[in-house]
Amino acid sequence: MASTDITGRAGTVAPARPEPRGGRHARTPKKPRRENRLTGHGRPALLFLAPFLALYLLFIVGPAIYGLVMSLFNTSMVAPGLGEFAGLDNYAEALSSNDFWSSLWHTIWFTILTTPPLVALGLVFALLAERARRARWFFRLAFFLPYVLPSAVVALIWIWMYTPELGLLSRAVTSLGFAEPDWLGNPDFAMVSLAITTVWWTLGFNFVLYLAGLQEIPRELYEASAIDGAGPWQQIRLITVPLLARTTSLVVVLQVIASLKVFDQMYIMTQGGPNFATRSVLQYVFDVGFTDLRSGAAAAASTLFFVVVLAVSTIWLVMTRRQEPEL
Amino acid sequence: MAILAHSDDVQPLTAAQAQRYADTADRRTRLFNRCCTAVLIAFALLWLVPLAWALDTALKPNGETINPTWLIENPTLASFRTLLAEGDILDWYAASFIISTLSAAGTVITASLAAYALSRMRFRYRWLAFWFILLGIMIPRQVLIVPQFQELDSVNLLNTYWAVILPSIPIAIAVVVFKQFFDGIPKDLDEAARIDGAGFFHIYRQVVLPLARPALSAVAIFSFVWTWNDLLWPLLALSNPEVMTIPAGLATVQGTYGIRYADTMASAILGALPLVLVFLLFQRRIVEGIAGTGLKG
Repeated sequence: MASTDITGRAGTVAPARPEPRGGRHARTPKKPRRENRLTGHGRPALLFLAPFLALYLLFIVGPAIYGLVMSLFNTSMVAPGLGEFAGLDNYAEALSSNDFWSSLWHTIWFTILTTPPLVALGLVFALLAERARRARWFFRLAFFLPYVLPSAVVALIWIWMYTPELGLLSRAVTSLGFAEPDWLGNPDFAMVSLAITTVWWTLGFNFVLYLAGLQEIPRELYEASAIDGAGPWQQIRLITVPLLARTTSLVVVLQVIASLKVFDQMYIMTQGGPNFATRSVLQYVFDVGFTDLRSGAAAAASTLFFVVVLAVSTIWLVMTRRQEPEL
Repeated sequence: MAILAHSDDVQPLTAAQAQRYADTADRRTRLFNRCCTAVLIAFALLWLVPLAWALDTALKPNGETINPTWLIENPTLASFRTLLAEGDILDWYAASFIISTLSAAGTVITASLAAYALSRMRFRYRWLAFWFILLGIMIPRQVLIVPQFQELDSVNLLNTYWAVILPSIPIAIAVVVFKQFFDGIPKDLDEAARIDGAGFFHIYRQVVLPLARPALSAVAIFSFVWTWNDLLWPLLALSNPEVMTIPAGLATVQGTYGIRYADTMASAILGALPLVLVFLLFQRRIVEGIAGTGLKG
């Protein structure tokens, strides 16, 4: 086959075979397609892809593979090389360690505390904003501005809000006649305080996604239902919310994944305390890797965490696939 | 109007009746909408309280912050002055600015080049290249900190800006966003340029990029904001205060001001300022970017 190709190229007549996959850019079929591994626009394509792929391999794919390998060794942060082979010991250790499970539980608890209010308030505020014809820019400013601020800024402001006796929230609570909770110092309450801060910080993202979802609902549906005598409340319940189902499923999965990745708020506001009550999985990885200097064990914990995140996105994908035909 | 009454035993509405119904519904809807606006304004004001309180505190002298009032007796910029004079904050600004700008530029250039190849060129294994890049969306940055740290340590790049810039350039989702956008640009345009003898790079530069400005700015803004706000990685990669970014710096000084609450809040305000500016300038683009792609940091 190769030899006929060569003669074909030597001749001036175009090959009789149908035009190769090159498509319309390859109008002048000079080279038969098997001649080179890179058919069509292989060479320019490689040049265009090279800068991204090089950095991608070096800093994403490479470390991902290296991390997987490292998780099978007793690698240390301070000794060179991978260290001795450990098999699945690092995984066994993490899975039998109370610290790992409790940090995983803290992360899930944080996700449970933050996801419902962030989704529900995002939806409610977007519904309200949709009804308000004016002042949209003001709502966007108020709800979305916190979202673009660095976590460190948010944390500093909320530590001050939660400061016992002096903080604004502490005062608000006492002036309403309640006993002031020890916002960040009480192991049972600290996670709730972190959740409140997080709702304030990231609500704007869900708000904006819902606003966009609302734009896609055809106006005519509201007009038709108004003629049939539906009031605003019925419209919201029977038209808007059901038609937002897809947006809601997207908001929920993005929110769950974002909450599982929590690190910043705990690291700055409570340092994982009091008494490790708010240590997240990522902080467990951080502590094992960079305080205990046990890279292999930290890599194994990272991999386990990755599996959790991957499971969430897979479940979501399968569920939305199944829903699709009905929509 | 008669068409609307599809059931036989229902009398068709007269025009006057229909008008009356519509008016009542209209009035009801308008009242409802006004209530919605009022409720939302209350919530929006509530949402602004922490920021306003931070600013209020920052403008008080340190000694006055124990007063429980919004009223400032002796408004002063002293806290800001102290911070700018004594602090590393200017170094952090410089670091954040250089790092975020270079990685945003790097992401926009490399990702748009790659997306152009995926969108416009025919080559073998194109699907493979695309899926390979899609795979990257599934990998959270955070799970890579340990191997990335060792990698950058082994080439002595820790505590340099490059330690943060290089890993934040290859953002897989940026390629996907660009590819989707490029796919929507009619191919006739590049066809025409091809006939005039233009090469791929020329078409990319002169035809496709100018048309893709919304996607370019969305990716640039997001990449900038993400890199600027990232905490975990800079905290690890930049331990020397001279090269720290704003979030890493603020996280490490947390607590060092002790009860100087005004100073602490002034540092929070200074840290927030650049992003408030970015937000005010690019509000529309940011919001459209999220709505269009669901990009989340």
